[in-house]
Amino acid sequence: MNDHDAPPTVGLSTGPATSLAYHTGTWRTERPVYVELAPPCSLGCPSGEDIRGWLGSTQEGEAGFETAWRRLVAANPFPAVMGRICYHPCQEACNRAEVDEEVGINAVERFLGDTALEKGWALPAPAASSGRRVLVVGSGPAGLSAAYHLRQLGHEVTVREAAAEPGGMMRYGIPAYRLPREVLAAEIRRIEATGVAIECSTPVLSLDEAQARFDAVVLTMGAGVAHHVDIPAGAASHIVDAIDVLRDVASGHAPLVGRRVAVYGGGNTAMDAARTARRLGASDAVVVYRRTREQMPAHPTELDDAVGEGVRVQWLSTIAAVEGPHVTIEKMSLDEEGRPHGTGEFEELDADTVMLAVGQDADLSLLAEVPDVTVASGVIAVDPVTLMTGREGVFAAGDVSPGSRTATYAIGRGARAARAVDAWLAARVLPAEPVSREASADRLNTWYYSDAPKQHRAELAAARRVTGFEEVLTGLDAEHAVFEARRCMSCGSCFECDNCFGMCPDDAIRKLGPGMRYEVDYDYCKGCGICAAECPCGAIDMIPEVR
Amino acid sequence: MSVVHIPFLQTGTLAVGGRLLSEDERSLQSQADRPSSLTKGHRACQGCAEALAARWVMDTAVEASGGRLIVANATGCLEVFSTLYPESAWKPPWIHSLFANAAAVATGIASALHAQGRDDVRVLAQGGDGGTVDIGLAAVSGMFERNDDVLYVCYDNQGYMNTGVQRSSATPAAARTATTPAVGRSPGQAFGQGKSMVKIAMAHEIPYVASATPADLRDLEAKVRTAMAMHGARYLHVLVPCPVGWGSESSQSIALARAAVQSGIFPVIEARAGELTEVQRIRERADVEEYLRPQARFAHLFKPGGDDALARWRALAEANIRRYDLLGERS
Repeated sequence: MNDHDAPPTVGLSTGPATSLAYHTGTWRTERPVYVELAPPCSLGCPSGEDIRGWLGSTQEGEAGFETAWRRLVAANPFPAVMGRICYHPCQEACNRAEVDEEVGINAVERFLGDTALEKGWALPAPAASSGRRVLVVGSGPAGLSAAYHLRQLGHEVTVREAAAEPGGMMRYGIPAYRLPREVLAAEIRRIEATGVAIECSTPVLSLDEAQARFDAVVLTMGAGVAHHVDIPAGAASHIVDAIDVLRDVASGHAPLVGRRVAVYGGGNTAMDAARTARRLGASDAVVVYRRTREQMPAHPTELDDAVGEGVRVQWLSTIAAVEGPHVTIEKMSLDEEGRPHGTGEFEELDADTVMLAVGQDADLSLLAEVPDVTVASGVIAVDPVTLMTGREGVFAAGDVSPGSRTATYAIGRGARAARAVDAWLAARVLPAEPVSREASADRLNTWYYSDAPKQHRAELAAARRVTGFEEVLTGLDAEHAVFEARRCMSCGSCFECDNCFGMCPDDAIRKLGPGMRYEVDYDYCKGCGICAAECPCGAIDMIPEVR
Repeated sequence: MSVVHIPFLQTGTLAVGGRLLSEDERSLQSQADRPSSLTKGHRACQGCAEALAARWVMDTAVEASGGRLIVANATGCLEVFSTLYPESAWKPPWIHSLFANAAAVATGIASALHAQGRDDVRVLAQGGDGGTVDIGLAAVSGMFERNDDVLYVCYDNQGYMNTGVQRSSATPAAARTATTPAVGRSPGQAFGQGKSMVKIAMAHEIPYVASATPADLRDLEAKVRTAMAMHGARYLHVLVPCPVGWGSESSQSIALARAAVQSGIFPVIEARAGELTEVQRIRERADVEEYLRPQARFAHLFKPGGDDALARWRALAEANIRRYDLLGERS
């Protein structure tokens, strides 16, 4: 072996010196730098979950599950619930779709959620008490998320709920075949165990009184009031609100709907109502919708599941009149701007029950005598950064305030409201959400991600589904959950694949050990860019060298 | 083949390493304490795949021999960039030779060790395509024919790069070099010229012949280990993209090697005693254009009048795919 520590010598009879004396880094015109970018899944997650992070822990198998779950509940205290009901915009954004199919993030979330319930993992202990008291009005996803995060921050939190059970739309709006009640109850109990007091059958009747007893108030009453349209109807007609049917079923009072049911509307509630009607014994459930499939607000998976269970959809149709079991349908046509107009062409539909699912309004009864909390477009107006209403110390989140009416969005806004209340109580300025650089698909070198198929959740046969309210989707087992998690490409974040270290022609990358990643030895790096080109996940930038 | 097949762990067998791998599943190049036989400070051009492949090969041979390895090096890029007097970038015992005689020098070392009764020290000879396919072919052929106990490694960058990119008998058809300008009726290197050193080596029916690229580390490490576990004459041919000679971006050296394999232009094979025993199948088929277009030496193929040469390149890829069953259609 050469003695590389010996000083350079000149002379034919002596051994050579080492090339280490020659710093090739001076040739460089561009330098590689490791970067940490935001993955599209997290950017697409309204709950603000660090999806890449908790998938990363799941990849380690059994030993990583609890860490994964803890990283998950840092944002969302309802993984078992959301692993079932979320419409998973993260998956629509997933870069893996460019390779084969998107990662089944939602299924892994559910696996972690169910595992945590099975093992009885507790949520983190709250921070030391701040001595401040916060009232949350309503116990839906926004309210409970706000309560959980406020409690984590050390505040004393009371949640008041008008209904007999907590959960809001998760309890009364989402059918049990999509969300078993014991799963919801368990995740709510776990939040209570952190010290959140939930008082049911206790409507808040006065905001002034509430403010007199609490340091801050978060309004999360939701949008549980059925929106109405005027339809000429005879006395014998059986017209009900879809949301009431769902609530009755959820309360254990299944109504009689007859054999033929027409559902008027095109949103997720319409889908749930039609599927519920089938489970209540309707042999024929028809969704009547004014526009086309492309314009339907229901998520495509909800529609597919409904159709898979035998629900029919009558497109470009409105209900013009109801007379007993006879429903008069007017055919519609779309104008150039996609707005539906009546054609004057009518047809008859037989229905024992007509369910209206044409939208839900925010429950604003509490605000009747509160002029400084302004309402715009049917929801409470809030500051877009702090979520504070027109009244100092009163915040609003979820369906009662502006934005997307989904549980995942409500959870994200609830958490945001908690941070806002915390900042307000401490007289701090809450910074706006940071804007992160996205790890887009064009940064990836997908060659390195071996082809691996998505693990599809086994679906019960559609025929079996309609017979009852047992859960439709089953979960992944541990092996499949780990496999699915390992399909994550870790977009924009080094996962230590060793490509840069192994493929540097100049031996100019240092490997720092497990979890420590790498560093570039700029004394020798010539700036060829192979590390950046061969980095699977796009975690290396080449930037111009400035000397 | 003795490649370790990795279970799906985020990345599969194609990445260098991975945090989820167990110790025995890790490639040598993923180890923080790898030998790094060709150390930092060498003067290879930016993005030189030869420097990369030489470290991979040498590290694996050093490990396989327990550090008891002597290397004879033919003159060429590999020598010029690694041993500028008075410095050396090589850590193992390493001897300079002439352009033509690395194989003969290695034979001599092996014979001397044999005469001394030492069977614990292994011998490796290496050179570029000029020193192997052109100038040193007689010595290489002699070493093969005598079945001397040497692993000979050729790093094929398809020309005389350090002297100014002149053609060699390994320069591919239509490639522009300083001596085959892209002018006239048949621009660049003439079709039909050149030698296939892999086939020449196989024709000697030596114990082991293999080809590899820097686009597949695990395959290359496995082949060096296989070769080091055998005795007699062994030959490894590694395609090494050359940003300067090929006129490509320095960052694209691995990508070009990958495209050469995935288009069928460079078959990755193993042969024992003259018989083809292993062929690496194409994983994601690429058009030859993916290989050719990023290289300025083929720029004339993508100008008016280049269609004919491009079609002939496609035919070359097709012929390889047929000959080596690269798509696995026959098995």
